[in-house]
Amino acid sequence: MAKIDEKAFPFSKQWLDDRLALTTVMKVLNTEYWIPKNINFLWAMGMILAATFGILLISGIFLLMYYVPTVEGAFDSVNYTIMTEVGYGWLWRHIHGIGASLVFLIIYIHMFTGIYYGSYKRGREMIWISGMLLFVLFSAEAFSGYMLPWGQMSYWAGMVITNLFSGGSLEAYGLVEWIRGDYVPGQAFLGRFFMLHVLLLPLVIIGAIVFHFATLRLPHVNNQDGEEVDFEESARLWKEGTVESRKKSEVIPFSPVFLSKDIFVMGVYFILFFYLVFYNFNFAMDPVNFDPADGLKTPAHIYPEWYFLWSYEILRPFSKDLGLIAFAIAQVIFFALPFLDRSPNVAPASKRGLFQIWFWLMLVDIIVLTFMGKLPPTDPAFAFIGLVSAVLFFVLWAALPFITMFEKKIKE
Amino acid sequence: MSTRRDFMGMALGGFTAAGAIGGLYAAKRTWDPLPSVKAAGSTVIDLSEAIEGEPMTEKWRGKPIFVLKKTAEMPAHDRDVVVDGARYHVSIALCTHLGCIPAYKKADQTFFCACHGGVFDTSGTNLPGLPPPSPLEIPPFKIEGNTLVLGSEGPEYLEMKKNNLVV
Ligand code: HEM
Ligand code: FES
Repeated sequence: MAKIDEKAFPFSKQWLDDRLALTTVMKVLNTEYWIPKNINFLWAMGMILAATFGILLISGIFLLMYYVPTVEGAFDSVNYTIMTEVGYGWLWRHIHGIGASLVFLIIYIHMFTGIYYGSYKRGREMIWISGMLLFVLFSAEAFSGYMLPWGQMSYWAGMVITNLFSGGSLEAYGLVEWIRGDYVPGQAFLGRFFMLHVLLLPLVIIGAIVFHFATLRLPHVNNQDGEEVDFEESARLWKEGTVESRKKSEVIPFSPVFLSKDIFVMGVYFILFFYLVFYNFNFAMDPVNFDPADGLKTPAHIYPEWYFLWSYEILRPFSKDLGLIAFAIAQVIFFALPFLDRSPNVAPASKRGLFQIWFWLMLVDIIVLTFMGKLPPTDPAFAFIGLVSAVLFFVLWAALPFITMFEKKIKE
Repeated sequence: MSTRRDFMGMALGGFTAAGAIGGLYAAKRTWDPLPSVKAAGSTVIDLSEAIEGEPMTEKWRGKPIFVLKKTAEMPAHDRDVVVDGARYHVSIALCTHLGCIPAYKKADQTFFCACHGGVFDTSGTNLPGLPPPSPLEIPPFKIEGNTLVLGSEGPEYLEMKKNNLVV
């Protein structure tokens, strides 16, 4: 056994260090986890995501106290019991709804920040891949949660999305029925999506967040200029502790110094968050979902939540098989970004020539797809814009390796 | 020495693998539809209630079913179900694209799917160039007098199936 200090007072610092190496752990994870100074508020998005996930978890736990996962009871338990009877039940529901919506806004900002600054390559590939894993998991979490109020949109989104698994001409209806546990969404379906939403997926998400953090530890976060920071030298300067040396150091410790900046940005974010919760909660509540599920009546126009609209619009303009293939590719293509970008430059897009155009086209294309996805499929002009944007999405991805292959190398 | 350790390793690996496969099988079976769901009974539709040119929506195995008594000017089709000299279009009312329920547009005499803009004519045939890849599906049926029994395969259904007309 390791040597312990016999005289250490129980639970004192020394006592804990002898048993848990607490000081070492704190150093590795906080006080000597170095963050470059040269970053901006966009680097706070990660911690905002972590905090929003925490809020979703807490509000979800309170919703769970009165939610009833049955096809007869679900709709009323949410719209009647929780919203009107349970004290402050409406608060948890609105927090949960706004949180689920904003988490995607922040995820998209976080992703595009990574793309803009080239934070997904040259040692940071696993950060990107674990991040995309989180994106897929959050998508599944949002979809399964959307089933739970068992309104019209829950039912028909469940119908359409599970039908995607028939694989078009593969006609794998057995698989679709297996996923549903029934010919159509019913009790078996609601029960299993309830299980996924409240237990299995949150557990996997927590694991994936820990993994995402672990992937950051060795490569460290990138910075605004893609500059390669000499962490050892900078850490030494910081630890020297003089005003002079700390000024010269290019880094600050994650905690408490960087975290206090993060918390400032978080403060601004939560003002927006609670403004929406209290004064604009309808933005996260679809009116159609205030009708109970009815398997004999499709709503006049169905569409997913705003954060899925761009990929939904990629499915829509094509024939069934082509649409499914396009949709499947769109779901996973971002995973491949570190490998499709052939340029060694880690630098902001503004310094990367054609890549800068690629970046803004991709961002605008996804925004246009999002708007088109919300419109009914009847207007030919908008359907055409949707088609062009969907094709552009694939053209951009196909062009990426070539654009980046010929990119001028910025530095050795 | 090493062989003994190898044996232990293989024994442990073997039992773990067997347990894992068994566990996965049990998990798969738990996700399967229940026997009571599979055995969902048949639906009997009384055709004397049908009004020409006005589709009725029935329910079979949780799915909506269109029954449209055709008017004289609606084109006849091999997929029509003929009972007592009257022609009916009978189909599962779920769009063959991704499963929304198309709505009947009386003015155009078509079934229009609002989800992604699919259109089917009064014989359930999908109009070309739109997302749905195939006609509306015909459920297994049996004609009994002036009623239609969904869920069992009568001779007329089997004939259609032989000619690949049901999907
Ligand atoms: C939704 C859950 C997520 C959480 C809780 C989370 C958390 C974090 C945190 C705390 C950081 C470090 C601070 C920062 O740079 O913002 C970070 C960095 C990063 N994340 Fe995420 N993230 C999530 C999702 C994603 C997604 C969906 C992607 C994209 C595929 C992604 C890609 C990255 C990248 C590339 C970095 C490194 C940024 C840099 O080096 O400058 N993350 N994440
Ligand atoms: S579900 Fe009918 S057109 Fe897509």
